Amino acid sequence: MRIETFKSWLDERLSISTLAQAAKKKEVPLHRHSIWYYFGGMTLFLFVVQVVTGILLLLYYRPSAENAFESVQFIMTEVKFGWLIRSIHSWSANLMILTLFIHMFSVYFMQAYNRPRELTWVSGVVLLLISVGFGFSGYLLPWNEVSFFATKVGTDIAGVVPIVGKTMLRFLRGGDEVTGATLTRFFGFHVAVLPALATVFLGIHVLLVQLHGMHVPARYQQNHRRMRFFPNFLMRDLIGWILAIGVLAALAALFPWELGVKADPFAPAPAGIKPEWYFLFMFQTLKYIPAKILMFDGEVIGILFFMIGGAALFVIPFINRSPERHPRRRMIFTVIGAIVLLFIVVMTIVGYLA
Amino acid sequence: MTRAATLSLLAIVLVMIVAYRIEAQQKNSCIECHAGLEGKMGDPARSIKDDVHLSRGLSCNDCHGGDPSQDDKDAAKDPRKGYLGRPRVVDIPPFCGKCHNDANFMKKFNPALRVDQEKEYSTSVHGQLLRTGNEKVATCISCHGVHGIRSVSDALSSVYPLNVAETCAKCHSEAARMAEFKIPTDQYAKYKQSVHAEALYERQDLTAPTCNDCHGNHGAAPPGIASVANVCGQCHARQGELFQASVHKVAFDNMGLGECIACHSNHDIEAPTDELIGTGEKSVCVSCHKAGEKGFIVAGEMRSMIDGLLGQIEKSSEILDRAERAGMEVSRPKFELREAIDGVTHARVLIHTSSTAEVDTVIAPAVGVAAKTYQAGVDALAELNFRRKGLIVSLFFILFLAVLVYLKLKEIERRQPA
Repeated sequence: MRIETFKSWLDERLSISTLAQAAKKKEVPLHRHSIWYYFGGMTLFLFVVQVVTGILLLLYYRPSAENAFESVQFIMTEVKFGWLIRSIHSWSANLMILTLFIHMFSVYFMQAYNRPRELTWVSGVVLLLISVGFGFSGYLLPWNEVSFFATKVGTDIAGVVPIVGKTMLRFLRGGDEVTGATLTRFFGFHVAVLPALATVFLGIHVLLVQLHGMHVPARYQQNHRRMRFFPNFLMRDLIGWILAIGVLAALAALFPWELGVKADPFAPAPAGIKPEWYFLFMFQTLKYIPAKILMFDGEVIGILFFMIGGAALFVIPFINRSPERHPRRRMIFTVIGAIVLLFIVVMTIVGYLA
Repeated sequence: MTRAATLSLLAIVLVMIVAYRIEAQQKNSCIECHAGLEGKMGDPARSIKDDVHLSRGLSCNDCHGGDPSQDDKDAAKDPRKGYLGRPRVVDIPPFCGKCHNDANFMKKFNPALRVDQEKEYSTSVHGQLLRTGNEKVATCISCHGVHGIRSVSDALSSVYPLNVAETCAKCHSEAARMAEFKIPTDQYAKYKQSVHAEALYERQDLTAPTCNDCHGNHGAAPPGIASVANVCGQCHARQGELFQASVHKVAFDNMGLGECIACHSNHDIEAPTDELIGTGEKSVCVSCHKAGEKGFIVAGEMRSMIDGLLGQIEKSSEILDRAERAGMEVSRPKFELREAIDGVTHARVLIHTSSTAEVDTVIAPAVGVAAKTYQAGVDALAELNFRRKGLIVSLFFILFLAVLVYLKLKEIERRQPA
């Protein structure tokens, strides 16, 4: 009786019954490609893992050139289960980027970004950029040799951008060189700026998904079944998330994330410095571009090419507006997507093996 | 003629006179003449272009006297103008010393340059023999060259650190020339095999010793037996100091042994290994100490102490590498292990005390550090084992939970209307 009273008290204030009714009505389309719907939820789950493990790491991490490496070393060796938390944080970050890419490409190939979901796509692209920013800023935080030089190379590349490059480089580094100031700055981005932005855009993204529901590809519009979101779809999600915890635990226990050697700004860069795998395709492409293309600097052209590629991601829904009415245009976008995906995969593998 | 024209003419004549004077001053009939001569007589004119003296504004007449502004040979070589000609071998040191002994003069070119070379030379074996009238010995020009003398800091100079040994060897490796002096001629060949030559030539370490660093340059002489430790001690200061205070100092002096070189040899000094100490075949201790003697026992003990520490370090390195390969974070114990490795280096220096107690002051703590790092490796592997077991247990629960959720889902779906 008391619980019922409490429920009605809450309902009066939060309209829980209305939300519950809406949740009951929420359905997920069932067809041959429904599997791809799980990757958005999986990315969100891994993001939550990042937040939780990130907060735990914050209890011990010290963001300065003098202490960062030692504090991570302390986490890895002295703090109870610190190794587990740090390894899960690192592995989960990488898996999150992977599931995010899968989610993005599945949305792209199913052309789920069409009206009225253009803004859902745009907010998703923003979240991709934020995630990549998380990766780039987080990579430097252990202040080890590899991360130090990868950040140096990465910010050098940013410095090549015409007009704003130099300013951007100084803004990112907090000076002309990668120093303790860069570390403090990246820490600020990683734990304050990017989480705030991620919260806002994640909120918008999820809200828009709820508003418009799941997109159904054109060929299954007429002949598909439906599954209740709650509890059927959510429980399937839950199974995936539980298994993801298992995968993360196994990776952390069997392949603990390396700490490496403390960064020495005065030491020469070790051979074979590579960025994180999700930057590798760009890094490798820049290596193949000749130093001069006509009268222009090859590196600048390469960077501009990737910037245009990034900008093109935003405008895709506004260019490819009604695929049902333009089957040829639909085909062109699928082919372009396949080429881009193939390019990314091949360049990443080549970069990894190089 | 107008006044302006007269003034112009005067100006032209004045300019011509000044130009003639400048030309006369710059004129060097020595070089002009000798450049046209074949063979030895032409060599001075050809090689002087690289000479450090010429580059500092000095010329032939500053050493040889005479008047280079004269075209006529006799006028140029007029003794009344101080012409000295070619000095005799015995006169070469004072010939160079004219300027090089003069601090006020040398200051103008290089205030840091020493001005005691001639005095030093007179103390050298070369100088002493020269005084007896032996003209086969080295004088200034034998090492520094003549008419093409380069600065010591010039890499092409015959006395640049990398070239010193070759310069000395020009004479000292020549058996016929040295026969008269009854000294060996294999020093250069031996030196080239030494650890010092390796440092100098292969690593291009210009601080590595060559002939003059041990024998002196202008005052070149073999160091006496009693002063060998001082010579080596210039660089190996700690070893020299420890040896001087050791029981071996007195013993070596009594036996007439040459301190450092008694064990390490002189020109062909090899990189010392631990085999030099102890009672093994390659040990230098056994050349004096026979089995059962105190020195023999001490040598064996010191070798065992170093070997023991090395073994402990190897054991620790091996287990830490194994843990690292398995992904464990062991950089701290690996760093700490360096302290034990430093201990080995320190102990190898303390060997020169000939005292096991002294050596043990370093070995004992180093063994402690190595043992501690070994334990860290053992702990890391135990932790790895714990993690793997923990993983199996947690994976069991995780899968169990997933199966439970799956079964619950199926149950819900069975109850739901189709």
